[in-house]
Amino acid sequence: MWEQIRANRTRSIILVTVMAVMLLAIGYFLGFYIFENGLAGLFIALVIWFIMTLIAFYSGDNILLSLARAKKIGPNDYPRLYNVVEEMKIASGLEKMPDVYIIDDKAMNAFATGRDPSKASVAITTGLLEKLNRDELQGVIGHELAHIKNRDVLLMAITAVMLGTIVILAWYVSRLLIFGSMGRSRSSARGGGGQAQLIILIVGIVFMILAPILAQLIYYAISRKREYLADASSALYTRYPEGLASALEKISGSTVELKTANKATAPMYIINPFRTKGMSLSNATSTHPPVAERIRILRSMAGGASFAEYDRAYRQVHPGGRSVISQATQYTAGAVGLREASPEEKKSTREEISRKREVEDVMLKLNDYRIVQCSCGTRWKIPPNFPDPEVLCTKCGGRVKVR
Amino acid sequence: MDYWVWIIIGIVVILLFIVVGLYNGLVRLRNEVKNAWAQIDVQLKRRFDLIPNLMETVKGYMKHERETLEAVTNARNMAQQVSGAGAGERGKAEGLLGAALGRLLAVAENYPDLKANQNFLALQEELTSTENKISFSRQYYNDSVLRFNNKIQVVPSNIVASLFNFQLGEFFEVEVPAEREAPKVSFN
Repeated sequence: MWEQIRANRTRSIILVTVMAVMLLAIGYFLGFYIFENGLAGLFIALVIWFIMTLIAFYSGDNILLSLARAKKIGPNDYPRLYNVVEEMKIASGLEKMPDVYIIDDKAMNAFATGRDPSKASVAITTGLLEKLNRDELQGVIGHELAHIKNRDVLLMAITAVMLGTIVILAWYVSRLLIFGSMGRSRSSARGGGGQAQLIILIVGIVFMILAPILAQLIYYAISRKREYLADASSALYTRYPEGLASALEKISGSTVELKTANKATAPMYIINPFRTKGMSLSNATSTHPPVAERIRILRSMAGGASFAEYDRAYRQVHPGGRSVISQATQYTAGAVGLREASPEEKKSTREEISRKREVEDVMLKLNDYRIVQCSCGTRWKIPPNFPDPEVLCTKCGGRVKVR
Repeated sequence: MDYWVWIIIGIVVILLFIVVGLYNGLVRLRNEVKNAWAQIDVQLKRRFDLIPNLMETVKGYMKHERETLEAVTNARNMAQQVSGAGAGERGKAEGLLGAALGRLLAVAENYPDLKANQNFLALQEELTSTENKISFSRQYYNDSVLRFNNKIQVVPSNIVASLFNFQLGEFFEVEVPAEREAPKVSFN
């Protein structure tokens, strides 16, 4: 695991450095055209970037959670969810229990945030929580905790900020270049440097247009790689790749868009929140690997739940492709077996009954029936013309208030 | 001839750094194993604490299941007695307890009234989760032991390990065959 994180880290550092250089170059151009002094622009770009990074570092998770309208929950609000998070926390060896948040939204999605493993949060939509069984929920939460454990969350936050700064600055500078260049070309025509200036100008404009696109591609490249590792880690934690696979299948089947997501926060989610729009676009512009492919890899893991097995499955799905997980990691993780589906999951009949009951309740409610619950758990359906204020529970002998 | 001294000093310093690095790595892994063991302990304790509640809820309904109830109580007592012992012995006792609990929950299937009891449902969720947590903490513990043992036996670090007398970690294996196939807890 550590080798993988380290190998990823070097790759990420290179990519982040490229982005930083682009940011500084934009700053330089900015200064060059406004103040006739590149260093001043460089300084401005650095200051903006620094402030934004500070904000992201210290309150990025809060901003993200409140943007998503997530509510913090305790162990008694959603016992199953909280328990599953705790189970995965134990399986992943995280030192501290992450905060658990819930987003009241019919869309099916989940994300993790937090600047380091000791101050992390996971959030899940109610839509997802309702649709998943325990094994699937474990797979999803395992994926999110893997993002925390692998420190993807911090990296994605930092790169997101950098991307944002690049996009904003490039936008302003390209406006300045295009509209400001007419006046400037007249004033500088007196010298012999007119032609050189024009070349710099063109290079500048091209760069301003390309930089945000390039930065975005880098951002997506970082994020995609990490999705695979998080999937592999989730399989390793749960020892049950089918859980995540079937959860992803359910999620991808839903077309409800998450209202509170936006482009910059997209890579934080388990699945691209905008997949309905962008799925047919090429891989390079997607924050996540195609879902169908992720599912296929997970389902091909017949021989175990180790990283080595995930890698084998990956190469089976991509014939001739390079492995996604380094050899050193595969060695350290060792061989691990799969487990059976948890017995709780054979509850399809129970689900059917509860669904039937739900429909029945809706029908009754439409007819002005009132549904009250006794302290022993029995539900009573009271017709609209029921005269007494209380009803005698035949199961436990207690009295249930009707009104 | 003076620079030979410097080269030797340099080599010694580098060696020292390598030894310190390896030693620290070993200590880190050993602490990880210890921490993982403590995690198992916490979860096993939770299971102990849940059982009296469960028994209290179940007893009224299951008057004719004396044997099953006694099996759980006995297994719990046994597990408590060996709570200070090593991984091997505890694995055995905890395996028995897990199996007994699995049987109890399976029997609960025959009592529809019991399954409608909110208190029982909440306990059932807690118990399911605790069983999962136990197996996940065991999984993490065994993974940590594997990493630690590998490090102790693999070439450069094995020298440091034997120098400072690092002992191999003991895996937490569950001995009872019934527990191997996981207690069949079916809540249909």
